[in-house]
Amino acid sequence: MKTLFDKIWDAHVVQNVQDGPTQLYIDRLYCHEVTTPQAFDTLRDKNISVFRPEQVVAMPDHNTPSDQQERIDDPIGRKQVETLAKNCAEFGIRHFAMGTKDNGIIHVVGPEKALSLPGMTIVCGDSHTSTHGAVGAIAMGIGTSEVAQVLASQTILQSKPKTMRINIEGILPEGTTAKDVALYIMAQLTTSGATGYAVEYAGSTVRNMSMEGRLTLSNLSIEMGSRAGLIAPDETTFAYLKGREYAPKGEAWDKAVEEWKKLYSDDDAVFDKEVTYRAEDIAPRITYGTNPGAGIAIDECIPALEDIAEDERQQFLSMLEYMQFEPGQKLEGTPVDYCFLGACTNGRIEDFRAFASVVKGKKKAENVVAWLVPGSWLVRQQIIDEGIDKILEEAGFELRLPSCSSCLAMNPDKVPAGKLSISTSNRNFVGRQGPGARTILASPLVVAASAITGVVTDPRKL
Amino acid sequence: MAKQKFDIIQSTCIPIQIDNCNTDLIIPARYLASTTRDPKFFGDAFMHDLRFDAEGNAVADFVMNKAEYSEEPKKGVHEIIIGGQNWGSGSSREHAAWAIAGYGVRVVISSSFADIHRNNLLNCFVLPVIVSKEFQQELFETVLANPQTEVKVDVPNQTVTNMATGHSESFEINGYKKYCLMNALDDIDFLLENKGKIEEYEHK
Repeated sequence: MKTLFDKIWDAHVVQNVQDGPTQLYIDRLYCHEVTTPQAFDTLRDKNISVFRPEQVVAMPDHNTPSDQQERIDDPIGRKQVETLAKNCAEFGIRHFAMGTKDNGIIHVVGPEKALSLPGMTIVCGDSHTSTHGAVGAIAMGIGTSEVAQVLASQTILQSKPKTMRINIEGILPEGTTAKDVALYIMAQLTTSGATGYAVEYAGSTVRNMSMEGRLTLSNLSIEMGSRAGLIAPDETTFAYLKGREYAPKGEAWDKAVEEWKKLYSDDDAVFDKEVTYRAEDIAPRITYGTNPGAGIAIDECIPALEDIAEDERQQFLSMLEYMQFEPGQKLEGTPVDYCFLGACTNGRIEDFRAFASVVKGKKKAENVVAWLVPGSWLVRQQIIDEGIDKILEEAGFELRLPSCSSCLAMNPDKVPAGKLSISTSNRNFVGRQGPGARTILASPLVVAASAITGVVTDPRKL
Repeated sequence: MAKQKFDIIQSTCIPIQIDNCNTDLIIPARYLASTTRDPKFFGDAFMHDLRFDAEGNAVADFVMNKAEYSEEPKKGVHEIIIGGQNWGSGSSREHAAWAIAGYGVRVVISSSFADIHRNNLLNCFVLPVIVSKEFQQELFETVLANPQTEVKVDVPNQTVTNMATGHSESFEINGYKKYCLMNALDDIDFLLENKGKIEEYEHK
C-alpha cells in the first residue's frame, strides 16, 4: 500500500536522523553555472573532494546567449560560465560546455539523454528540477548549501513531504495542451496549493500524454508549490528512453524495465490529499497577473473586482496595475510586443512541431519580436532534420541557439520595460523577463497564433 | 554566510506585507550571475527593485525606505521580518536567503513559506517561523501601528511573542535543526561524519 513516491523515497533512505530529517541518497546531481560556484567554494573551504563525481553532470544554460555562442559579452555572466568549467575540471565532473552538441537546458538534456531514469532520486539547484519527475523519479530543486551537501556526500538531509495525487481524466479539447492543463491546475490550487506535498499526476489524460507533454506538466509542479511532480513510468516512458545515449543497453535494459514496471502507486495507497479534474473543463489558457496561478481560459475575461475575495483585492489590483490591465478586461486581441517559444517548460521537439503547425504558410506579424529557442542542441538538430526550421523561416521566424533565453533576465534576451510578452516559459513574476517587462504565460499554440496576428490570439480561431 | 548561534532574539521588525513574495522579488535575477559570497553584495540587493527605481533612487513609499523601518538591522533592531503568506515562492535561488541574511535579518515570520526557500533560510542561519494567519495579521497590525513594537523569538522554548500584546504562539522546528541552529553547526559536517553509513547504503 505504498505510493510511487514512498517506493522511491524508501529505497533511498540512508538513515532517519533522530528527531530530524531523513538522510536521502541521491542518484543524480545536475549542476548549472548559477547556483553552484559557492557550493564548490564550500568544498574548497573544507578541503574535501566530490564524493561521487561520476553521478554529477554539469552544463551552463542560464547565461548562455541564444544568438551566438562564441562568447558571452557580459563579464559577470562570462565569469560564472567559466567558473563552472573550471570547477568541473578541478573536481572531475562531466561538463557539457556551451556551444557543444551535448549542451542545452539541464531539464531538457537530462531526460533526452536518459541521464534521468525511472526510480532515481535527482536534485539540482533549480526549482524546475521537478521536470525530471515525469520519467518516474523523485526530482527536486534544492539550494546551494544543499548542492554542497550532495557534492560532499551524495546524500541530502530532507524532511519527507506529504503526498498529493492530481488526477486528470478524459480527452483534452482541441487546441489544449499539457501547458494548459498545468496552468488550469495552478489556477484551481493556487501557487501554494501544493506546498509541502510531493505531487503525483495520474488519470487517463496523463496516461495519454506524450513524454514531452508529461515533462511540461511535471516542470510546472513548483508553480503550485510542490517541489516534486511524479508520473508513474509506463510504455510511453520506456519507448521514449530506449536507445538514448545513457539508457541501459541490451540485457541491462530489459532488467531495468522489469524493475521500473514496479514503480506505481499501489491500488490501496493512501495520499494525504487527492484532487480530480476533468480534461473537458480545460481550454487554451493565458495568465493575466504576476503569478502563474492568476490565469483564465483565453476567451474569458479577467475577473471583476467583486469576484475577488476581499482580502485578496489589494494584491489583485497591484498585479493588474503592473500588467497595465483592468479588472473584467478581455485579453484576446491585446497587442503583444514579444513572443517567446522555449525554456525548460516548452523547449522540446513537440513544442516546435506545435508552433510550426500553426505558423505554416502564414507570416509573422511585423510588430512582434519572436524568440524561438530550442531547449538543447539535440532538439535543434531534430528541428532541422524534420524540416521545421524551413517552415519557421518561410513564416518569417528565426531559429536561435539553445539557452534558457528569455525565461529569466540573465542573458541578452531581455524584454524591455513596459513591453508585453506572450511566453511559453514558466513564470510571469514582476521583472522576470527583464526589469519592468510584462509577461503572459501560454502554450506554444497560443504563442504561435499570437505571433502571427500580433495580438493575443486563440489558436482555435486562427 | 556567517554562522551565529541562536538563543533568544528580541527585536523590532520590518513588516513586508506582500503575499507570494517570490524569490525574484527578494533578489532579481541579474544579481545571480555573481560568484561572490560577500554578504554585503547580496544584502544590498535585497528587495532591490522595490527599494529602488530604475535610476537607483530610493522608492519613498516602500516600507524598507520609511524612516521607521529603514535603520539597518543590528542587535534588537529590525532583526525580524514579518512577511506575507507563501513567502519565498518560485525559484530555488539560495541568493534570496543570502540577501536576507546579508541585510542582517535573523528571523522571518510568516503564515507559510515555500518549501525550498524555507530550507535555504535554515541553511543560511536565518530562522523561518511559521505562525497562524491570525497571529501574522496581529503582528502586521501592531508593528504598523507602532514600529517600536518588539517581538521575541525564543528558540529553546520554540515560542514567538508579540511583546506589545503579550500574545504568544509556539512554532515547529525539528530537534536536529534546532540543535544545529543553537550550536551553529551545518549539515555538511553531519553528513561527512556519516560517510560510513553512505558507503554501507551503496553496497546494499
